[in-house]
Amino acid sequence: MKDGKTTNIFLSGVGGQGAILASNILAEVFIKAGYDVKKAEVHGMAQRGGDVTTHFRFGKKVYSPLIKYGDVDYLLSFELLEAIRYINWVKPEGKIIINNQKILPPAVSLGQMEYPKDVVKVFKKYFKENVYAIDGQEIARKLGNIQAANVVLVGAFSNFFPEVKDEQFVDAIKSLLAPKLHDLNIKAFYEGKKAL
Amino acid sequence: MKKEILQGNAAVARGAWEAGVKVAAAYPGTPSSEILKDIADNYPEIYAEWAPNEMVAAQVAAGAAVAGARAMASMKHVGMNVAADVLMTIAYTGIKGGLMFLIADDPNVHSSQNEQDSRNWARFAKIPLLEPGDAQECYEFTKTAFDISEQFDTPVIVRTETRVAHSDSLVEMGDRVESKIPLGLDPKEAPKYVMVPAHVRVRRKAVEERMKKLEEFAETFKYNKMEINDTSVGVITSGVSYMYTKEVFPEWSYLKLGMVWPLPKKMIAEFAKKVKKIIIVEELDPFLETEIKAMGIKIWHGKDLIPNMYELSPEIVEQSLKGKKYKAPKIRIKPEDLPRRPPNLCAGCSHRPLFYALKKLGAFVFGDIGCYTLAVAPPLQALHTTICMGSGVGMLHGASKALGKDGLGKIVAVLGDSTFMHAGILPLADIVYNKGYGTVIVLDNRITGMTGHQEHPGTGFTVRQEPTNMVDYKEIGNAVGVKSVRYIDPYNIKESMQIIKEEMAKDEPSLILCKDSPCMLLRRAKPLERFKNPLYVIDTDKCRGCKACLEINCPAISWREGAGQTADGHKRKGTVYINPDQCVGCEVCAQVCKFEAIVPGKK
Repeated sequence: MKDGKTTNIFLSGVGGQGAILASNILAEVFIKAGYDVKKAEVHGMAQRGGDVTTHFRFGKKVYSPLIKYGDVDYLLSFELLEAIRYINWVKPEGKIIINNQKILPPAVSLGQMEYPKDVVKVFKKYFKENVYAIDGQEIARKLGNIQAANVVLVGAFSNFFPEVKDEQFVDAIKSLLAPKLHDLNIKAFYEGKKAL
Repeated sequence: MKKEILQGNAAVARGAWEAGVKVAAAYPGTPSSEILKDIADNYPEIYAEWAPNEMVAAQVAAGAAVAGARAMASMKHVGMNVAADVLMTIAYTGIKGGLMFLIADDPNVHSSQNEQDSRNWARFAKIPLLEPGDAQECYEFTKTAFDISEQFDTPVIVRTETRVAHSDSLVEMGDRVESKIPLGLDPKEAPKYVMVPAHVRVRRKAVEERMKKLEEFAETFKYNKMEINDTSVGVITSGVSYMYTKEVFPEWSYLKLGMVWPLPKKMIAEFAKKVKKIIIVEELDPFLETEIKAMGIKIWHGKDLIPNMYELSPEIVEQSLKGKKYKAPKIRIKPEDLPRRPPNLCAGCSHRPLFYALKKLGAFVFGDIGCYTLAVAPPLQALHTTICMGSGVGMLHGASKALGKDGLGKIVAVLGDSTFMHAGILPLADIVYNKGYGTVIVLDNRITGMTGHQEHPGTGFTVRQEPTNMVDYKEIGNAVGVKSVRYIDPYNIKESMQIIKEEMAKDEPSLILCKDSPCMLLRRAKPLERFKNPLYVIDTDKCRGCKACLEINCPAISWREGAGQTADGHKRKGTVYINPDQCVGCEVCAQVCKFEAIVPGKK
């Protein structure tokens, strides 16, 4: 984000995990910080258990809504298989933030294929200390609602942008969620922030 | 001036509202569905409706425009195939109030049955077409479309595609300005609007004259822009293709066309003089390339390098144009070796037992477009054709005529409630009229499911959730002359199979309606209330690991490897497991199990 360069964040997960809310929070935050933002989602069948990806880009002036293959600065992933699926998209110096959760795809449920082993280890082989695995679901469960795992991850992710104040994330959470969900998600944000 | 992040579709809605649009109609279709919903939710000044299909939506918009209002119809690319009969002739008559057709293409077929390039409609219908590349342009081009429409007495197409319609970016917006054109109808204008041959010949000439004026207009149109930088290469492009190319080759010169038809020929010739070599970057067909080559302008590269199918992206543009000089990112793993995560019918969905029943009956299933198309995938594999909306019914009839009596008891057509309203009724009337046979099953889940829950004439609600009149499918069946109209409960597999078998064997048309089987995600229909038990569990004393229940492909059911045996000593290689968080208690798996190993559980 320095020098007007565009920053590329790739979010991936499974329909229903809240990847879209996470990308909406990021959009609010970076727009308020004065950046141009573009984000592209694949819609349509995500409610039916498919994978969900969002290309999120911010900078001085953003043209393409899609990140160029191999140009991802941050891979923010809500599920292990949906993280490893996009490993080739990440720059050699890119950072990976993974939610330590497995959601079995049909081929695995039906016993036809194996779930990939040691996802975090594979990432560490290529990205060394730039790999951060978070138990988002566990943290959210302790707060009383596993649905908040997405915001836990946003909290962890916020550590990479020290120039953005926590309050800006909190404001975005408040503006995007119903009031009864504010407390839970603000706590989830701060717990996520501490977790990394 | 207000600045907000909007989805491309929401930006179209905003532009329409600011342009003073009074009437908007649509039939849902990915990636266009959000436009009408956004209008209904946010802009009360606009009358909004879900029409039963795109042709009707186009007619509604055309009627409003002839009455002097600014009006629009929005649809996905294949929707225009249905609406084209309106388009091709309203293009002759012209309008009074501005008329815009929004067509959203789907390159790379994320959620469609084909990959057509809607720019071709403009050339075919001889009307202007604008192509935005992001949300700001969606907003501005939509507003401009209505001005062009009125200035030149023509309908205007605004063409988006998936990455424009479904991407979000910042939009600087303004306020609504009401149209100055007075509302009203003038009977004296019949020669303009009654397309009998004598009138057509007059309008036909007007169309050509209009096209000449539009070509002149395109030369100074503010969204046709030249950006002169490094003049060694000049790119002619439009829409999202511009965004991708500018991203990877920011140093080159550009001619970005906001209006893709008609083309600004002088501007293109002038650009060609300013740059050494010309590259044309466009998604799908060589639309610009064909036209620009016909102008006698030398092209360095176009579709010789840029793919003519699927979607473009920054890396595809870069790789295509750099060739061997393109440096591919390092491959760390092969993603094609990973298990895929295809979409599936929801746990509890009423389509699952119905297709299981059809599979057991060995029926050839003429399918249609909706969530139920997912029944084509293994392990169900119980759907055998999908061409277009309503096609299954007509194809069933054609197949019955081809097969004669040999087809009796073997063929069936399925379609959803929304699809039946869209295009299923007339082919059903055809079966009756032409003395055919065939069983048509309406998978009535009370909503348009796949595109995200849009109302239609059979749901009893309008787009703004007001209660309204409701079509009765049984009465439709009777009215077109179907004598055998029966209801089934799809969750009762045995009974459904019996009824479908009886109907399929009859040498006459029959209509079967699924009853009390709403979409699992349709809260107002309380879909879970019909289930006796909150969930089902595996009785591991009885589970023999036969995997029969895996055949229904329920997302709640998985296989657990592990040798063991049942309480009465049957050896097994593993058991199945039902995820209590996902199971909704539909009982379908329990009906499939031969060993009574799936039993009611407690939440």
